[in-house]
Amino acid sequence: MITIKDLHKSFGPKTVLNGVNMHIAAGHSMVIIGGSGTGKSVLLKNILGLITPDSGSIEVNGIDPNTRNRDAFLDMFGMLFQGGALFDSLPIWQNVSFRLLQGKHKLSNSEAHEIAVEKLRRVGLRPEVADQYPGELSGGMQKRVGLARAIAAEPEIIFFDEPTTGLDPIMSGVINELIREIVVEMGATAMTITHDMSSVRAIADEVAMLHEGVVQWTGKVGDMDNSGDPYLDQFINARPDGPIEAIR
Amino acid sequence: MIQATQRILSRIGRATLAVFQSIGALILFALTAVSHIFRPPFYFGAFVRQLLNIGYFSLPVVGLTALFTGAALALQIYSGGSRFNAEAVVPQIVAIGMVRELGPVLVGLMIAARVTSSIAAEIATMKVTEQIDALTTLSTNPMKYLTTPRVLAAFLVVPLLVGIGDIIGIMGGFFVSTSRLGFNPSNYIQNTADFLTFIDIVSSLTKGAVFGFIAALMGCYYGMNSNRGAQGVGEATKSSVVVASVLILASNYLLTEMFFSS
Repeated sequence: MITIKDLHKSFGPKTVLNGVNMHIAAGHSMVIIGGSGTGKSVLLKNILGLITPDSGSIEVNGIDPNTRNRDAFLDMFGMLFQGGALFDSLPIWQNVSFRLLQGKHKLSNSEAHEIAVEKLRRVGLRPEVADQYPGELSGGMQKRVGLARAIAAEPEIIFFDEPTTGLDPIMSGVINELIREIVVEMGATAMTITHDMSSVRAIADEVAMLHEGVVQWTGKVGDMDNSGDPYLDQFINARPDGPIEAIR
Repeated sequence: MIQATQRILSRIGRATLAVFQSIGALILFALTAVSHIFRPPFYFGAFVRQLLNIGYFSLPVVGLTALFTGAALALQIYSGGSRFNAEAVVPQIVAIGMVRELGPVLVGLMIAARVTSSIAAEIATMKVTEQIDALTTLSTNPMKYLTTPRVLAAFLVVPLLVGIGDIIGIMGGFFVSTSRLGFNPSNYIQNTADFLTFIDIVSSLTKGAVFGFIAALMGCYYGMNSNRGAQGVGEATKSSVVVASVLILASNYLLTEMFFSS
Protein backbone atom coordinates (compact mmCIF):
# COMPACT_ATOMS: atom_id res chain seq x y z
CA MET A 1 0.00 0.00 0.00
CA ILE A 2 1.39 3.41 -0.98
CA THR A 3 0.07 6.65 0.52
CA ILE A 4 1.26 10.05 -0.66
CA LYS A 5 0.12 13.23 1.10
CA ASP A 6 0.59 16.80 -0.10
CA LEU A 7 3.94 16.10 -1.79
CA HIS A 8 5.95 19.10 -2.99
CA LYS A 9 9.19 19.10 -4.92
CA SER A 10 10.96 21.93 -6.75
CA PHE A 11 14.24 22.09 -8.63
CA GLY A 12 15.49 25.66 -8.29
CA PRO A 13 12.68 27.96 -9.41
CA LYS A 14 10.82 25.14 -11.19
CA THR A 15 8.05 23.52 -9.17
CA VAL A 16 7.52 19.96 -10.36
CA LEU A 17 5.22 18.50 -7.69
CA ASN A 18 2.85 20.96 -6.12
CA GLY A 19 0.81 19.00 -3.59
CA VAL A 20 0.34 15.47 -4.90
CA ASN A 21 -2.07 13.23 -3.01
CA MET A 22 -2.44 9.58 -3.98
CA HIS A 23 -3.35 6.22 -2.51
CA ILE A 24 -2.56 2.87 -4.10
CA ALA A 25 -4.13 -0.08 -2.34
CA ALA A 26 -2.19 -3.33 -1.91
CA GLY A 27 -2.45 -5.59 -4.96
CA HIS A 28 -3.80 -2.82 -7.20
CA SER A 29 -2.29 -1.58 -10.43
CA MET A 30 -2.09 2.21 -10.70
CA VAL A 31 -1.03 3.87 -13.93
CA ILE A 32 0.20 7.47 -13.85
CA ILE A 33 -0.30 9.41 -17.06
CA GLY A 34 0.47 12.99 -18.01
CA GLY A 35 2.46 15.06 -20.46
CA SER A 36 6.25 15.22 -20.53
CA GLY A 37 7.70 17.18 -17.62
CA THR A 38 4.64 16.86 -15.40
CA GLY A 39 6.62 15.13 -12.66
CA LYS A 40 5.74 11.46 -13.16
CA SER A 41 9.33 10.23 -12.90
CA VAL A 42 10.05 12.65 -10.05
CA LEU A 43 7.08 11.22 -8.15
CA LEU A 44 8.38 7.70 -8.66
CA LYS A 45 11.90 8.64 -7.55
CA ASN A 46 10.47 10.31 -4.44
CA ILE A 47 8.65 7.10 -3.53
CA LEU A 48 11.87 5.11 -3.90
CA GLY A 49 13.77 7.69 -1.85
CA LEU A 50 16.13 8.50 -4.75
CA ILE A 51 14.99 12.13 -4.36
CA THR A 52 14.01 13.81 -1.10
CA PRO A 53 10.74 15.80 -1.27
CA ASP A 54 10.62 19.43 -0.09
CA SER A 55 7.51 18.72 1.98
CA GLY A 56 4.69 16.22 2.33
CA SER A 57 4.81 12.57 3.26
CA ILE A 58 5.14 9.18 1.60
CA GLU A 59 4.45 5.86 3.26
CA VAL A 60 4.98 2.46 1.68
CA ASN A 61 3.38 -0.24 3.81
CA GLY A 62 3.66 2.27 6.66
CA ILE A 63 7.40 2.90 6.12
CA ASP A 64 8.96 6.25 5.18
CA PRO A 65 11.34 5.98 2.16
CA ASN A 66 14.07 7.72 4.15
CA THR A 67 14.00 5.06 6.84
CA ARG A 68 17.36 4.13 8.35
CA ASN A 69 16.96 0.58 7.05
CA ARG A 70 17.03 1.49 3.37
CA ASP A 71 17.98 -2.00 2.20
CA ALA A 72 14.92 -3.58 3.81
CA PHE A 73 12.76 -0.78 2.35
CA LEU A 74 14.15 -1.23 -1.16
CA ASP A 75 13.81 -5.01 -0.90
CA MET A 76 10.04 -4.45 -1.21
CA PHE A 77 10.47 -3.07 -4.75
CA GLY A 78 11.16 -4.31 -8.22
CA MET A 79 11.55 -1.82 -11.02
CA LEU A 80 11.54 -1.92 -14.80
CA PHE A 81 13.43 1.11 -16.10
CA GLN A 82 12.56 2.95 -19.29
CA GLY A 83 15.73 1.94 -21.12
CA GLY A 84 16.10 -1.38 -19.31
CA ALA A 85 19.11 -0.10 -17.29
CA LEU A 86 20.78 -3.48 -17.60
CA PHE A 87 24.39 -3.70 -16.42
CA ASP A 88 26.47 -3.96 -19.61
CA SER A 89 29.40 -5.66 -17.92
CA LEU A 90 27.37 -8.55 -16.50
CA PRO A 91 25.80 -11.50 -18.35
CA ILE A 92 22.02 -11.60 -18.49
CA TRP A 93 21.63 -14.20 -15.72
CA GLN A 94 23.63 -12.02 -13.32
CA ASN A 95 21.52 -9.00 -14.31
CA VAL A 96 18.32 -10.90 -13.60
CA SER A 97 19.48 -12.40 -10.31
CA PHE A 98 21.53 -9.35 -9.22
CA ARG A 99 19.61 -8.86 -5.98
CA LEU A 100 19.76 -12.56 -5.18
CA LEU A 101 23.55 -12.48 -5.41
CA GLN A 102 23.87 -9.70 -2.81
CA GLY A 103 23.17 -9.29 0.87
CA LYS A 104 22.77 -11.58 3.84
CA HIS A 105 20.59 -14.16 2.08
CA LYS A 106 22.75 -14.36 -1.01
CA LEU A 107 22.31 -17.46 -3.16
CA SER A 108 25.03 -19.54 -4.76
CA ASN A 109 25.80 -18.87 -8.43
CA SER A 110 24.12 -22.10 -9.55
CA GLU A 111 20.92 -21.36 -7.58
CA ALA A 112 20.85 -17.77 -8.88
CA HIS A 113 21.43 -18.99 -12.46
CA GLU A 114 18.54 -21.44 -12.12
CA ILE A 115 16.17 -18.73 -10.86
CA ALA A 116 17.33 -16.36 -13.63
CA VAL A 117 16.57 -18.98 -16.30
CA GLU A 118 13.14 -19.60 -14.76
CA LYS A 119 12.32 -15.86 -14.72
CA LEU A 120 13.61 -15.46 -18.26
CA ARG A 121 11.33 -18.29 -19.35
CA ARG A 122 8.44 -16.53 -17.56
CA VAL A 123 8.95 -13.45 -19.73
CA GLY A 124 9.24 -15.54 -22.89
CA LEU A 125 13.01 -15.75 -23.33
CA ARG A 126 14.96 -18.93 -24.04
CA PRO A 127 17.47 -20.24 -21.47
CA GLU A 128 20.40 -19.58 -23.89
CA VAL A 129 19.80 -15.85 -23.41
CA ALA A 130 21.00 -16.21 -19.80
CA ASP A 131 24.64 -16.40 -20.84
CA GLN A 132 24.51 -13.55 -23.35
CA TYR A 133 25.31 -9.88 -22.59
CA PRO A 134 22.81 -6.98 -22.76
CA GLY A 135 24.53 -5.50 -25.84
CA GLU A 136 23.70 -8.66 -27.80
CA LEU A 137 19.93 -8.31 -27.29
CA SER A 138 17.26 -6.30 -29.15
CA GLY A 139 15.33 -3.51 -27.39
CA GLY A 140 12.31 -5.76 -26.85
CA MET A 141 14.44 -8.54 -25.38
CA GLN A 142 16.18 -6.05 -23.08
CA LYS A 143 12.77 -4.92 -21.80
CA ARG A 144 11.86 -8.53 -21.08
CA VAL A 145 15.15 -9.03 -19.24
CA GLY A 146 14.42 -5.84 -17.27
CA LEU A 147 11.02 -7.28 -16.43
CA ALA A 148 12.60 -10.58 -15.37
CA ARG A 149 15.00 -8.66 -13.10
CA ALA A 150 12.11 -6.66 -11.62
CA ILE A 151 10.29 -9.85 -10.60
CA ALA A 152 13.33 -12.03 -9.74
CA ALA A 153 13.16 -11.46 -5.99
CA GLU A 154 9.32 -11.60 -6.00
CA PRO A 155 8.82 -8.07 -4.66
CA GLU A 156 5.61 -6.79 -3.08
CA ILE A 157 5.63 -3.64 -5.23
CA ILE A 158 6.69 -3.27 -8.88
CA PHE A 159 7.32 0.01 -10.70
CA PHE A 160 7.24 0.21 -14.47
CA ASP A 161 8.74 3.35 -16.01
CA GLU A 162 7.54 3.79 -19.60
CA PRO A 163 7.54 0.03 -20.24
CA THR A 164 6.68 0.23 -23.95
CA THR A 165 8.70 3.28 -25.03
CA GLY A 166 10.73 2.56 -28.15
CA LEU A 167 9.00 -0.74 -28.93
CA ASP A 168 6.92 -1.62 -31.99
CA PRO A 169 3.14 -2.02 -31.40
CA ILE A 170 3.24 -5.82 -31.38
CA MET A 171 6.11 -5.96 -28.87
CA SER A 172 4.34 -3.26 -26.81
CA GLY A 173 1.27 -5.48 -26.70
CA VAL A 174 3.37 -8.45 -25.62
CA ILE A 175 5.03 -6.45 -22.81
CA ASN A 176 1.69 -5.01 -21.65
CA GLU A 177 0.19 -8.49 -21.53
CA LEU A 178 3.20 -9.84 -19.63
CA ILE A 179 3.05 -7.04 -17.08
CA ARG A 180 -0.65 -7.60 -16.46
CA GLU A 181 -0.25 -11.37 -16.14
CA ILE A 182 2.73 -11.10 -13.80
CA VAL A 183 1.14 -8.48 -11.56
CA VAL A 184 -2.03 -10.53 -11.21
CA GLU A 185 -0.11 -13.78 -10.72
CA MET A 186 2.17 -12.32 -8.04
CA GLY A 187 -0.55 -10.25 -6.38
CA ALA A 188 1.90 -7.35 -6.39
CA THR A 189 1.08 -3.67 -6.06
CA ALA A 190 2.04 -2.02 -9.34
CA MET A 191 2.70 1.55 -10.36
CA THR A 192 3.29 2.32 -14.02
CA ILE A 193 4.30 5.54 -15.72
CA THR A 194 3.36 5.75 -19.36
CA HIS A 195 2.22 7.91 -22.26
CA ASP A 196 0.96 4.88 -24.13
CA MET A 197 -2.83 4.65 -23.85
CA SER A 198 -2.86 1.01 -24.97
CA SER A 199 -0.61 0.27 -21.95
CA VAL A 200 -2.99 2.18 -19.68
CA ARG A 201 -5.96 0.12 -20.79
CA ALA A 202 -4.02 -3.16 -20.61
CA ILE A 203 -2.29 -2.67 -17.26
CA ALA A 204 -4.37 -0.35 -15.07
CA ASP A 205 -6.93 -0.97 -12.39
CA GLU A 206 -6.81 2.74 -11.60
CA VAL A 207 -5.46 5.76 -13.39
CA ALA A 208 -4.12 9.08 -12.11
CA MET A 209 -3.36 11.99 -14.38
CA LEU A 210 -0.66 14.42 -13.31
CA HIS A 211 -0.84 17.97 -14.60
CA GLU A 212 1.03 21.04 -13.37
CA GLY A 213 2.32 19.20 -10.32
CA VAL A 214 -1.02 17.92 -8.99
CA VAL A 215 -3.26 14.93 -9.59
CA GLN A 216 -5.70 16.37 -12.12
CA TRP A 217 -7.92 13.31 -12.23
CA THR A 218 -7.95 9.88 -10.64
CA GLY A 219 -10.35 7.00 -10.94
CA LYS A 220 -10.94 3.53 -12.27
CA VAL A 221 -9.68 2.77 -15.76
CA GLY A 222 -13.24 2.02 -16.89
CA ASP A 223 -14.36 5.53 -15.89
CA MET A 224 -11.62 7.24 -17.86
CA ASP A 225 -13.55 7.68 -21.11
CA ASN A 226 -16.53 9.29 -19.42
CA SER A 227 -14.72 11.34 -16.79
CA GLY A 228 -15.98 14.71 -17.99
CA ASP A 229 -12.56 16.14 -17.17
CA PRO A 230 -11.40 18.28 -20.12
CA TYR A 231 -7.70 17.73 -19.32
CA LEU A 232 -8.04 13.95 -19.25
CA ASP A 233 -10.26 13.97 -22.35
CA GLN A 234 -7.71 15.98 -24.30
CA PHE A 235 -4.86 13.70 -23.17
CA ILE A 236 -6.45 10.31 -23.77
CA ASN A 237 -7.88 11.36 -27.12
CA ALA A 238 -4.56 12.95 -28.18
CA ARG A 239 -6.26 16.22 -29.15
CA PRO A 240 -3.93 19.15 -29.87
CA ASP A 241 -6.60 21.66 -28.75
CA GLY A 242 -7.85 21.89 -25.21
CA PRO A 243 -6.89 23.18 -21.77
CA ILE A 244 -3.41 21.57 -21.93
CA GLU A 245 -1.17 23.90 -23.88
CA ALA A 246 1.04 22.18 -26.42
CA ILE A 247 4.24 24.01 -27.27
CA ARG A 248 4.61 24.03 -31.03
CA MET B 1 30.28 52.75 -10.33
CA ILE B 2 29.35 51.33 -6.90
CA GLN B 3 26.89 48.93 -8.52
CA ALA B 4 29.51 47.71 -11.00
CA THR B 5 31.97 47.11 -8.14
CA GLN B 6 29.29 45.25 -6.20
CA ARG B 7 28.56 43.07 -9.22
CA ILE B 8 32.25 42.20 -9.64
CA LEU B 9 32.66 41.47 -5.92
CA SER B 10 29.51 39.36 -5.95
CA ARG B 11 30.83 37.32 -8.91
CA ILE B 12 34.17 36.79 -7.17
CA GLY B 13 32.31 35.76 -4.01
CA ARG B 14 30.11 33.29 -5.90
CA ALA B 15 33.10 31.81 -7.71
CA THR B 16 35.03 31.45 -4.43
CA LEU B 17 32.07 29.77 -2.77
CA ALA B 18 31.69 27.42 -5.74
CA VAL B 19 35.37 26.44 -5.50
CA PHE B 20 35.08 25.72 -1.76
CA GLN B 21 31.83 23.83 -2.36
CA SER B 22 33.55 21.63 -4.97
CA ILE B 23 36.52 20.98 -2.68
CA GLY B 24 34.16 20.11 0.19
CA ALA B 25 32.11 17.78 -2.04
CA LEU B 26 35.26 16.06 -3.28
CA ILE B 27 36.63 15.56 0.25
CA LEU B 28 33.29 14.17 1.40
CA PHE B 29 33.21 11.85 -1.62
CA ALA B 30 36.74 10.61 -0.86
CA LEU B 31 35.95 10.03 2.83
CA THR B 32 32.77 8.13 1.95
CA ALA B 33 34.66 5.94 -0.55
CA VAL B 34 37.37 5.17 2.01
CA SER B 35 34.88 4.53 4.83
CA HIS B 36 33.19 1.81 2.73
CA ILE B 37 36.48 -0.15 2.67
CA PHE B 38 35.89 -0.94 6.35
CA ARG B 39 32.11 -1.49 6.27
CA PRO B 40 30.42 -4.61 4.84
CA PRO B 41 29.19 -5.75 2.40
CA PHE B 42 32.41 -6.12 0.40
CA TYR B 43 32.30 -6.70 -3.35
CA PHE B 44 35.34 -8.93 -3.72
CA GLY B 45 34.55 -9.91 -7.33
CA ALA B 46 34.30 -6.24 -8.38
CA PHE B 47 37.59 -5.53 -6.57
CA VAL B 48 39.42 -8.36 -8.37
CA ARG B 49 38.02 -7.20 -11.74
CA GLN B 50 39.39 -3.72 -11.03
CA LEU B 51 42.79 -5.10 -10.00
CA LEU B 52 42.97 -6.78 -13.40
CA ASN B 53 41.64 -3.80 -15.31
CA ILE B 54 43.76 -1.14 -13.62
CA GLY B 55 46.86 -3.24 -12.98
CA TYR B 56 47.28 -6.06 -15.45
CA PHE B 57 45.80 -4.36 -18.50
CA SER B 58 47.85 -1.19 -17.89
CA LEU B 59 51.13 -3.11 -18.04
CA PRO B 60 51.75 -2.67 -21.81
CA VAL B 61 51.29 1.12 -21.79
CA VAL B 62 53.30 1.50 -18.56
CA GLY B 63 56.08 -0.77 -19.83
CA LEU B 64 56.43 0.96 -23.19
CA THR B 65 56.34 4.44 -21.66
CA ALA B 66 59.00 3.55 -19.09
CA LEU B 67 61.19 1.75 -21.63
CA PHE B 68 61.37 4.65 -24.08
CA THR B 69 61.69 7.25 -21.32
CA GLY B 70 64.60 5.39 -19.69
CA ALA B 71 66.31 5.00 -23.07
CA ALA B 72 65.88 8.67 -23.99
CA LEU B 73 66.99 9.73 -20.50
CA ALA B 74 70.25 7.78 -20.87
CA LEU B 75 70.98 9.49 -24.20
CA GLN B 76 70.18 12.94 -22.76
CA ILE B 77 72.36 12.46 -19.66
CA TYR B 78 75.22 11.15 -21.76
CA SER B 79 74.93 14.04 -24.18
CA GLY B 80 74.50 16.68 -21.43
CA GLY B 81 77.10 15.11 -19.14
CA SER B 82 79.73 15.06 -21.90
CA ARG B 83 79.77 18.87 -21.82
CA PHE B 84 81.57 18.73 -18.47
CA ASN B 85 83.14 15.26 -18.70
CA ALA B 86 80.44 13.58 -16.58
CA GLU B 87 79.30 10.90 -19.04
CA ALA B 88 80.04 8.20 -16.47
CA VAL B 89 77.10 9.20 -14.24
CA VAL B 90 74.49 7.87 -16.70
CA PRO B 91 73.58 4.75 -14.62
CA GLN B 92 73.19 6.73 -11.41
CA ILE B 93 71.15 9.57 -12.94
CA VAL B 94 68.93 7.23 -14.95
CA ALA B 95 68.24 5.24 -11.77
CA ILE B 96 67.51 8.24 -9.57
CA GLY B 97 65.55 10.03 -12.31
CA MET B 98 63.36 7.02 -13.04
CA VAL B 99 62.79 5.89 -9.46
CA ARG B 100 62.30 9.24 -7.77
CA GLU B 101 60.48 11.20 -10.48
CA LEU B 102 59.86 9.93 -13.97
CA GLY B 103 58.68 6.44 -13.05
CA PRO B 104 55.91 7.48 -10.65
CA VAL B 105 54.88 10.61 -12.55
CA LEU B 106 54.71 8.97 -15.97
CA VAL B 107 52.89 5.92 -14.63
CA GLY B 108 50.51 8.27 -12.76
CA LEU B 109 49.81 10.26 -15.93
CA MET B 110 49.38 7.11 -18.02
CA ILE B 111 46.94 5.77 -15.43
CA ALA B 112 45.09 9.11 -15.54
CA ALA B 113 44.87 8.83 -19.33
CA ARG B 114 43.89 5.17 -19.46
CA VAL B 115 42.07 4.42 -16.22
CA THR B 116 40.60 7.75 -15.04
CA SER B 117 39.05 8.41 -18.43
CA SER B 118 37.66 4.90 -18.66
CA ILE B 119 36.20 4.97 -15.13
CA ALA B 120 34.62 8.41 -15.65
CA ALA B 121 33.11 7.47 -19.02
CA GLU B 122 31.81 4.13 -17.73
CA ILE B 123 30.19 5.52 -14.59
CA ALA B 124 28.82 8.59 -16.38
CA THR B 125 27.26 6.33 -19.02
CA MET B 126 25.81 4.18 -16.24
CA LYS B 127 24.28 7.33 -14.78
CA VAL B 128 22.85 8.44 -18.14
CA THR B 129 21.31 5.02 -18.76
CA GLU B 130 19.85 4.86 -15.21
CA GLN B 131 22.10 1.94 -14.21
CA ILE B 132 23.13 3.84 -11.06
CA ASP B 133 19.45 4.26 -10.10
CA ALA B 134 18.94 0.58 -10.89
CA LEU B 135 21.75 -0.35 -8.49
CA THR B 136 20.08 1.68 -5.74
CA THR B 137 16.69 0.07 -6.33
CA LEU B 138 18.43 -3.32 -6.14
CA SER B 139 19.53 -2.45 -2.57
CA THR B 140 23.13 -1.88 -3.68
CA ASN B 141 24.99 1.25 -2.67
CA PRO B 142 26.62 2.63 -5.87
CA MET B 143 29.49 4.16 -3.86
CA LYS B 144 30.25 0.79 -2.31
CA TYR B 145 29.80 -1.21 -5.52
CA LEU B 146 31.42 1.13 -8.04
CA THR B 147 33.74 3.58 -6.28
CA THR B 148 35.33 1.71 -3.39
CA PRO B 149 36.60 -1.32 -5.38
CA ARG B 150 38.12 0.99 -8.02
CA VAL B 151 39.78 3.35 -5.54
CA LEU B 152 41.13 0.52 -3.38
CA ALA B 153 42.38 -1.47 -6.39
CA ALA B 154 44.16 1.57 -7.84
CA PHE B 155 45.68 2.45 -4.44
CA LEU B 156 47.14 -1.07 -4.14
CA VAL B 157 48.08 -1.86 -7.72
CA VAL B 158 49.56 1.40 -9.03
CA PRO B 159 52.59 1.18 -6.68
CA LEU B 160 53.28 -2.22 -8.27
CA LEU B 161 53.00 -0.66 -11.72
CA VAL B 162 55.37 2.10 -10.63
CA GLY B 163 57.86 -0.52 -9.37
CA ILE B 164 57.64 -2.36 -12.68
CA GLY B 165 57.91 0.94 -14.59
CA ASP B 166 61.01 1.89 -12.59
CA ILE B 167 62.70 -1.41 -13.43
CA ILE B 168 61.75 -1.27 -17.12
CA GLY B 169 62.88 2.38 -17.34
CA ILE B 170 66.25 1.52 -15.82
CA MET B 171 66.49 -1.39 -18.26
CA GLY B 172 65.74 0.99 -21.14
CA GLY B 173 68.67 3.14 -20.04
CA PHE B 174 70.78 0.00 -19.60
CA PHE B 175 70.13 -1.25 -23.14
CA VAL B 176 70.95 2.09 -24.76
CA SER B 177 74.00 2.67 -22.56
CA THR B 178 75.49 -0.77 -23.12
CA SER B 179 74.63 -1.14 -26.80
CA ARG B 180 75.23 2.41 -28.06
CA LEU B 181 77.25 4.33 -25.48
CA GLY B 182 79.87 1.72 -24.66
CA PHE B 183 79.06 1.08 -20.98
CA ASN B 184 80.06 -2.20 -19.39
CA PRO B 185 76.86 -4.13 -18.50
CA SER B 186 77.98 -5.44 -15.11
CA ASN B 187 79.40 -2.06 -14.07
CA TYR B 188 76.19 -0.37 -15.15
CA ILE B 189 74.07 -2.65 -12.99
CA GLN B 190 76.49 -2.38 -10.08
CA ASN B 191 76.48 1.45 -10.24
CA THR B 192 72.69 1.53 -10.40
CA ALA B 193 72.29 -0.81 -7.43
CA ASP B 194 74.91 0.99 -5.35
CA PHE B 195 73.44 4.42 -5.93
CA LEU B 196 69.76 3.77 -5.17
CA THR B 197 68.72 4.04 -1.51
CA PHE B 198 65.81 2.57 0.43
CA ILE B 199 64.09 5.96 0.66
CA ASP B 200 64.21 6.33 -3.15
CA ILE B 201 62.20 3.14 -3.52
CA VAL B 202 59.81 3.98 -0.66
CA SER B 203 59.13 7.43 -2.13
CA SER B 204 58.49 5.92 -5.55
CA LEU B 205 55.97 3.38 -4.27
CA THR B 206 54.29 5.94 -1.98
CA LYS B 207 53.85 8.27 -4.93
CA GLY B 208 52.35 5.38 -6.88
CA ALA B 209 49.79 4.69 -4.15
CA VAL B 210 48.81 8.38 -3.90
CA PHE B 211 48.62 8.81 -7.69
CA GLY B 212 46.54 5.63 -8.03
CA PHE B 213 44.13 6.87 -5.36
CA ILE B 214 43.81 10.26 -7.08
CA ALA B 215 43.35 8.76 -10.56
CA ALA B 216 40.56 6.35 -9.55
CA LEU B 217 38.88 8.84 -7.23
CA MET B 218 38.68 11.54 -9.91
CA GLY B 219 37.23 9.08 -12.43
CA CYS B 220 34.55 8.00 -9.98
CA TYR B 221 33.79 11.52 -8.73
CA TYR B 222 33.30 13.05 -12.17
CA GLY B 223 31.43 9.97 -13.40
CA MET B 224 29.01 10.00 -10.48
CA ASN B 225 28.46 13.76 -10.78
CA SER B 226 28.15 13.94 -14.56
CA ASN B 227 25.31 15.69 -16.31
CA ARG B 228 22.86 13.83 -18.47
CA GLY B 229 23.45 13.16 -22.16
CA ALA B 230 26.43 12.49 -24.38
CA GLN B 231 27.84 15.94 -23.68
CA GLY B 232 27.71 15.24 -19.93
CA VAL B 233 29.68 12.00 -20.41
CA GLY B 234 32.28 13.78 -22.55
CA GLU B 235 32.60 16.64 -20.08
CA ALA B 236 32.98 14.25 -17.12
CA THR B 237 35.68 12.28 -18.94
CA LYS B 238 37.63 15.38 -19.94
CA SER B 239 37.41 17.05 -16.52
CA SER B 240 38.39 13.88 -14.68
CA VAL B 241 41.59 13.42 -16.71
CA VAL B 242 42.56 17.11 -16.50
CA VAL B 243 41.97 17.38 -12.74
CA ALA B 244 43.60 13.99 -12.02
CA SER B 245 46.71 14.98 -14.03
CA VAL B 246 47.04 18.34 -12.28
CA LEU B 247 46.50 16.79 -8.83
CA ILE B 248 49.06 14.07 -9.60
CA LEU B 249 51.67 16.69 -10.55
CA ALA B 250 50.84 18.88 -7.55
CA SER B 251 50.94 15.98 -5.11
CA ASN B 252 54.20 14.82 -6.71
CA TYR B 253 55.76 18.14 -5.71
CA LEU B 254 54.40 17.89 -2.15
CA LEU B 255 55.61 14.31 -1.75
CA THR B 256 59.03 15.22 -3.12
CA GLU B 257 59.20 18.04 -0.55
CA MET B 258 58.16 15.61 2.15
CA PHE B 259 60.74 12.94 1.27
CA PHE B 260 63.71 14.90 0.03
CA SER B 261 63.63 18.56 1.09
CA SER B 262 65.85 17.97 4.12
